[in-house]
Amino acid sequence: MSDTNTIIASSEGRKRRSWTFTIGAIIVGLHLAIGLMTLVWTPYDPAALSGGRLEAVSFLHLAGTDRLGRDLFSLIMTGSRIALTVGTGAIVIGGLIGMTIGLLAAFASKTLDDVLAAGLDILIAFPTLLLAMLIVAASDGASLQTAIVAIGVANSAIVARLTRILTKRVLAMDYITASRISGTSWIGVIRIHILPNIWPTLLVNLALQFGLAVIAEASLSYLGLGAPPPNASWGRLLQEAQATVYTAPIGAIAPGIALVSLVIGINLLADGLRDLADPTRRSRR
Amino acid sequence: MTPLLDIHGLSIRTGEKSLVTDLSFSLSPGERLGLIGESGSGKSLTALAAIGLLPDALKASGSVRLDGRQVIGARDRDLVPLRGTAAAVVFQEPLTALDPLMKIGRQVGEAVKRRATRDRGATDKASITRKVRALLDQVALPDPDRIINAWPHEISGGQRQRAAIAMALACKPKLLIADEPTTALDVTTQAEILALLARLVSERDMALLFISHDLPVVAGAVDRLVVMQHGHIVETGLVGDVFNQPNHPYTQSLVAAARAFDDALEIAE
Ligand SMILES: Nc1ncnc2c1ncn2[C@@H]1O[C@H](COP(=O)(O)OP(=O)(O)OP(=O)(O)O)[C@@H](O)[C@H]1O
Ligand SMILES: [Mg+2]
Repeated sequence: MSDTNTIIASSEGRKRRSWTFTIGAIIVGLHLAIGLMTLVWTPYDPAALSGGRLEAVSFLHLAGTDRLGRDLFSLIMTGSRIALTVGTGAIVIGGLIGMTIGLLAAFASKTLDDVLAAGLDILIAFPTLLLAMLIVAASDGASLQTAIVAIGVANSAIVARLTRILTKRVLAMDYITASRISGTSWIGVIRIHILPNIWPTLLVNLALQFGLAVIAEASLSYLGLGAPPPNASWGRLLQEAQATVYTAPIGAIAPGIALVSLVIGINLLADGLRDLADPTRRSRR
Repeated sequence: MTPLLDIHGLSIRTGEKSLVTDLSFSLSPGERLGLIGESGSGKSLTALAAIGLLPDALKASGSVRLDGRQVIGARDRDLVPLRGTAAAVVFQEPLTALDPLMKIGRQVGEAVKRRATRDRGATDKASITRKVRALLDQVALPDPDRIINAWPHEISGGQRQRAAIAMALACKPKLLIADEPTTALDVTTQAEILALLARLVSERDMALLFISHDLPVVAGAVDRLVVMQHGHIVETGLVGDVFNQPNHPYTQSLVAAARAFDDALEIAE
């Protein structure tokens, strides 16, 4: 009796979770498809003045035009590509650097671990903006790449701290000792035990970082530290729409919806992926 | 006969605090030794020191020779080939003894594969699966087809402990270290696991280092006893001798407790 109840409950749970994965995949897939499409086609040249200033929504201009007369819909479509590039770039950089440092710290001697942990705390306290300014100052000037590197490096500290804690928790388990006893090298332990065990939690965190990276790029653009024009990131569109938000709110609403939908999509996707990666979540609840 | 495990003057300390002091005992091939003592007396640390897996924060001194090789002071890399072939461990807590994110079959399979690689044996999927099934049969796991494809949280504590024993056996060790393997289990399951260990040890002619704080449990499983208290050895001897003539007050209290339990059983009957 209670058995059948749990079975029903768990299959319902599975269904609900596979929905989060599907919806997430659809939303992200849509952004990806649009982003790729902009490489070959947009309704108008996003940089061209294709209409009057601040035109309202119409069949010609699906999201109206901005204050220069550029087609907003085309700009937002290009924005998808930029957002995906920034988000992916930032979490790849942040993930690789962060996981490497986190694993190193977890395996390091007490002294080195303390030094690394303190370094990470300082890096986390360091505002992304300041970091971005330093990186821009050290390179030829602000570009999409400098923004991605700055955000990625800032992310890496958070990923490193999480990786370090998660790894230490796994390392304390008996099955690690048992695996070591049966002759697994440390590299083997990382590959077969640690990465699979820390991955579900890291994944959700990386998805969060993805969303934050897209938003961080928006604020970097706002300060002129992001992608320079004509790269129209959603952040830049939002910033430009600020002055006219009362007269033509669509200029802020449309990129806002695009941004929010991508962030939600990424998080749903990560949730779904985590549930696939973690069997205890799959059959529980 | 040269001992399989020879511990001489082993001390383990953290900073200023001594956790294990001047410990000496040895274990011959095929011999069954019980290490008994209250919680916190240093039994698990001794077992970890025997295979060179003490946490970095702890410093060991003295001599530990496992299968003829010095463990203390050895580089970790040099110990890797020794571990598993010389000794394998079954732990106290079945819940943390298995990787929660790996199916039982693959988990036992990894251990089988490592051993096969060492022996330069076949490591193809079919022969590994065959060996995994044979091991699950040996530890008397019911319904191996289901268990192979089950996650650790989908099987019972007793079954998890059997799977952990199967993994230890996959290494084909000369010495099996069982660190309170039955403490977390109910009495019936406990008796089954003890019988299983006894059978496997005699079938495979392994030596056994059985760690426990429960005298009646150890007494049935081993020939010789080492009694520890606060990191010191307080008594050693054959099981029968220790039972009949306990010298140290701590051992006397252990024996008295065991006797009282027996008497209670008799009265109940
Ligand atoms: N990593 C460590 N750092 C510092 N002290 C430790 C560490 N591991 C164990 N100890 C201490 O060493 C002592 C012996 O621990 P050990 O685990 O060997 O006890 P035990 O005899 O196995 O006990 P139990 O029967 O409860 O398992 C304990 O007092 C414990 O607090
Ligand atoms: Mg212990």
